[in-house]
Amino acid sequence: MNAIIETKDLKLWYGDHQVLKGVSMDIPEHKITALIGPSGCGKSTFLKTLNRMNDLVDNVRITGEVKYDGRNIFSSDINVNELRKEVGMVFQKPNPFPMSIYDNVAYGPRTHGICSKVKLDEIVERSLRDAALWDEVKDRLKASALGMSGGQQQRLCIARALAVQPKVILCDESTASLDPISTGKIEDLLIELKSKYTVIMVTHNMQQAVRISDYCAFFLLGDLIEFNRTDTLFSTPQNKKTEDYITGRFG
Amino acid sequence: MERPSVKRKGIKGMKNIKETVMKYVFLVCACTSILAVALICIFLFANGIPAIGKIGVFDFLLGERWKPGNNIYGILPFILGSIYVTAGAVLIGVPIGICTAVFMAKFCPPKLYKFMKPAVELLAGIPSVVYGFFGMVVAVPFVRDFFGIQLGFGGDGSSMFTASVMLGIMILPTIISVGESAIRAVPDSYYEGALALGATHERSVFRTVLPAAKSGVTAGVILGIGRAIGETMAVIMIAGNQPRMPKGLFKGVRTLTSNIVMEMGYAADLHKEALIATAVVLFVFILLINLLFSLVKRRGING
Repeated sequence: MNAIIETKDLKLWYGDHQVLKGVSMDIPEHKITALIGPSGCGKSTFLKTLNRMNDLVDNVRITGEVKYDGRNIFSSDINVNELRKEVGMVFQKPNPFPMSIYDNVAYGPRTHGICSKVKLDEIVERSLRDAALWDEVKDRLKASALGMSGGQQQRLCIARALAVQPKVILCDESTASLDPISTGKIEDLLIELKSKYTVIMVTHNMQQAVRISDYCAFFLLGDLIEFNRTDTLFSTPQNKKTEDYITGRFG
Repeated sequence: MERPSVKRKGIKGMKNIKETVMKYVFLVCACTSILAVALICIFLFANGIPAIGKIGVFDFLLGERWKPGNNIYGILPFILGSIYVTAGAVLIGVPIGICTAVFMAKFCPPKLYKFMKPAVELLAGIPSVVYGFFGMVVAVPFVRDFFGIQLGFGGDGSSMFTASVMLGIMILPTIISVGESAIRAVPDSYYEGALALGATHERSVFRTVLPAAKSGVTAGVILGIGRAIGETMAVIMIAGNQPRMPKGLFKGVRTLTSNIVMEMGYAADLHKEALIATAVVLFVFILLINLLFSLVKRRGING
């Protein structure tokens, strides 16, 4: 197992409130890792720390280490924009920009200095194909992204994230606001993507974690309780709390 | 047994009467403003339209000479004057206003914001005669000495340029406050989405948030234009007011509004009617701007 992200004793506070209490975890490359746990357990916060989206929050304090590709992402020589290019993110609610489908996907590449029309066309097509959206939208690339269905919008957001060619994709409950059919499409998509990308997803849906993840981490009140292969974690949990949670005794 | 029910009925009845009375009070209040607009419209058009008929639509709107003594009433110079001065104000006020709005919504440190916000509000509250006075004693001499003499553009300082700059400053608060709230109304998810793609703060703001706030910002600009074209006092004090075709950026100019104020005091008969007709033209301009404003706003709502 080759770890692409390693965290070591990661602690995080929002003001006086400690949200992460020392999380150490090696996240394997080209796998889907699911983070599960009850609301407020710190799994989303952990996810947002991995591409430093938590920097936006006032009064946030972080200690410990997060190594991406062997380098500490909090060190001063890390360009946070470069980091976010490598570690992309798909949010809980689809958030396409109010512009055309094409411009949405081209936003990232343009940000990183690609302006050749030919190249952009190629990236847009490839990203939309990778996100299993190309056939549905290829005739209306110039149409507004806001006119799409929720599931399509979320796949567009995935395509937009893929367009900058990240290594890691963080999904923050990315199917929570979608219907079962759209959810199914996105799950299939994530399984497809893991050959090329590493996927880390937060989910409240344990069936979803079982269905698509290779590794699974159970968080409780800011602690990483258990981290293991998904089948092992769900069949023979090592920790009593994990067992209670996955059998539905709380949370 | 009876008493409570009577009492309840009494309270209910009183409440009903109170509500009905209040309903009509509010209705009357609402009608007052509509009535005012309607009366102004009727007065303006009733007094202005016949004058336009007497002078002749084309002679009036496209006539290049305004000579009340000879019964020549062409207001093209003033229409152009108003348009030029307003355009100049837009050129100066819009870029500064939008950049300030972006700064206040997305870049301003909270400590500075506490000073900036009241300062902008104060700018909106300054009476236009004070702007005019400031222009007269500071801007006009500066333009005369620096642009007129040192740079050799000529003119005595009271000019289209001076008026444009001053109006540009006067429309700033409108553009800033409307623009700022439009930018703040953009969901954070757009900004975060752009950041998550590796965009810098600046790029996220200018390429994602600002375009998303486009219709609101445009609405602010249109309101600013409305204010600029209707502004009277400040313009009179610094624009020179010569009743002739605009001759250049550093030459004097007269606008529709100043034409009315300058001559209304002593005008009579057709001259007076021609001034009212000038107000009709101004009114039509304002109507068009308001129409544009609601169109832009509606487009914003429909996405």
